[in-house]
Amino acid sequence: MPPREGTYGLLAEFETPGDLVRAARQSYQDGWRRMDCYSPIALEEAAEAIGFDRKRDKVPLCCLVGGLMGLCAMFLLETWINTLAYPINIAGRPLYSWPAFIVPAYEWTILWAGLSAAFCMFALNGLPSLYHPVFNAPNFRDGASVDKFFLCLESLDPKFDLIEAKKYLESFGPISVVEVEY
Amino acid sequence: MATSEIKPGSPEYERWVDPATGEYRVIEPTQTFKSITDKITRIVLTPHTPMGWFFLFSVFGALTVMLLVALTWLFLKGVGIWAITMPVAWGFAIINFVWWIGIGHAGTLISAILLLFKQQWRNSISRFAEAMTIFAVMCAGLFPLIHVGRPWLGYWLLPLPYTMTVWPQFRSPLEWDVFAVSTYATISVVFWYVGMVPDFGTMRDRAKSKVAQYFYGIISLGWRGSVKHWVRFETASLLLAGLATPLVLSVHTVISFDFAVAILPGWHTTIFPPYFVAGAIYSGFAMVLTLAIPLRKWYHLEALVTDRHIDNMGKIMLVTGFIVGYGYGMEAFMAWYSASHWEYFTFWNRAFGPMGWSYWTLITCNLAIPLTTLWVRKWRTNMTFMFIMSLIVNTGMWFERFVIIVTSLTRDYLPSSWGTYRATKWDYMTFVGTLGMFTTLFLLFVRFLPMIPMFEIRLLLPGSKIRPKAIAGNGD
Repeated sequence: MPPREGTYGLLAEFETPGDLVRAARQSYQDGWRRMDCYSPIALEEAAEAIGFDRKRDKVPLCCLVGGLMGLCAMFLLETWINTLAYPINIAGRPLYSWPAFIVPAYEWTILWAGLSAAFCMFALNGLPSLYHPVFNAPNFRDGASVDKFFLCLESLDPKFDLIEAKKYLESFGPISVVEVEY
Repeated sequence: MATSEIKPGSPEYERWVDPATGEYRVIEPTQTFKSITDKITRIVLTPHTPMGWFFLFSVFGALTVMLLVALTWLFLKGVGIWAITMPVAWGFAIINFVWWIGIGHAGTLISAILLLFKQQWRNSISRFAEAMTIFAVMCAGLFPLIHVGRPWLGYWLLPLPYTMTVWPQFRSPLEWDVFAVSTYATISVVFWYVGMVPDFGTMRDRAKSKVAQYFYGIISLGWRGSVKHWVRFETASLLLAGLATPLVLSVHTVISFDFAVAILPGWHTTIFPPYFVAGAIYSGFAMVLTLAIPLRKWYHLEALVTDRHIDNMGKIMLVTGFIVGYGYGMEAFMAWYSASHWEYFTFWNRAFGPMGWSYWTLITCNLAIPLTTLWVRKWRTNMTFMFIMSLIVNTGMWFERFVIIVTSLTRDYLPSSWGTYRATKWDYMTFVGTLGMFTTLFLLFVRFLPMIPMFEIRLLLPGSKIRPKAIAGNGD
């Protein structure tokens, strides 16, 4: 992606999660779409307020698919090894001993479900991404990971106008509104 | 929990009892987002490492070096330097393996099962309990690997396509172990790391030195706290917790199959899976206490790891201790009720045979001392008492594995093949060496990573709550 220039957006800083959620909800209702909230704690209300539907999140589906693939892969591998690739008589037990195969297959179900859930979560979040424009805001790194709550209206939104948007954000009574550069 | 022991209105009551619920507070009321962030990040980001840390690091580092010496000699000479022989082919290596992996289980119980049960008090202790799990599993994993005699061929345990076209034997519980333990180690590391990413973001933003900023910046993966990220993060955490719960129960179950599937008297019993899992959690909580009590004192974390945590862990030990006691009782009962001559003899031999002292040590350390005293709340909140208790239970649980493995193996069906077992100095050096390795790793963790999850503690504070009025102000 070529480096962008200019304004990424406007970042309003709030003292409490309640203020953030109220501002985010109002902005979404007023037609803003290119926006994000930043918080030091998990704040599901804010995500809902900006139109993020938890139910349509893909992480649980990834987890399920990963788990089923792990289950099938291990069970088929065991069956293939014990019956075709290396059939060996152990104390007269049948070659296809499916009850014994359950244990490794069960473990692999959990292994691949867990790895899928974790990696899928990072991938959908677009992480790792060591650079992001919001880090350029002077007050972001002091507060966003400690005790302040941020709402960012992004310049890519068709409603975005630097002067108007700044006035709009100030109407919510934030601590500060700063312009974020790319 | 009984708050009736404190008088309402007294300063003690104001400080420790939450007026909303009438229960003991999980953390002290004066804490804020900023104060807990400062407290936890300062431990790591300070340029001044406490002298005590260096002292402990040198002591336990020396023990780790001793482990390396023992392992080097083992690789040069072979497993003959240990006391293992016929009939006791599973000596210290397997005792220590089962003991260490059991210790790990409490970490997963705290981080996963208590999360699913919404036990918020766990938030302060989950991170270092999970770290304990990982280091304990590392120590545990070492033992089967060195016990195979030729550890450089350890990859033969895995189903890999070699040129010899030889494949593992999936009908053996020992092969199941490979999958149970490797999955457990992987999922524990992933769960631990994922849970630390938001805190790494905080560390990156608080770090003053360039090295620390780069280090925490990279391992935080660029976490910026977007609320959308948080939602997926919470979903993934819950899923990992939901997966770790059946996993942790299965791991010790599979380990108990190593014994229960064999036909040896004293091993071949169906009580083993639940009895092993309960024993694992029992010893694991003891180890969490062994670590938590000095940590909270030395790093002044009494406001975050409160008496209530220690008290609750004491209660869990009491419960699991009784389950373990039931297991011992059932073993004795079944020895009589099964009407099997060999089962009866094995039990008699355990209690009154030449190694009877180990059985009575285990009964004393696991049942007699803890299950009579842990009832008393005053003692459960006495740190010295609980620290000593945790050491006693860990000793008892080690002896439980010793009794199961050694007494059953020394005297099985055929008296002509009976033997005895006396560990060599290399056995002891390897065992004590892993204690050194475990503690060294834990000291490094405490120095370089945030040992208490800050973002989870924030959720316990009033500042994280949204007043309904504040949201409803506009529009809806």
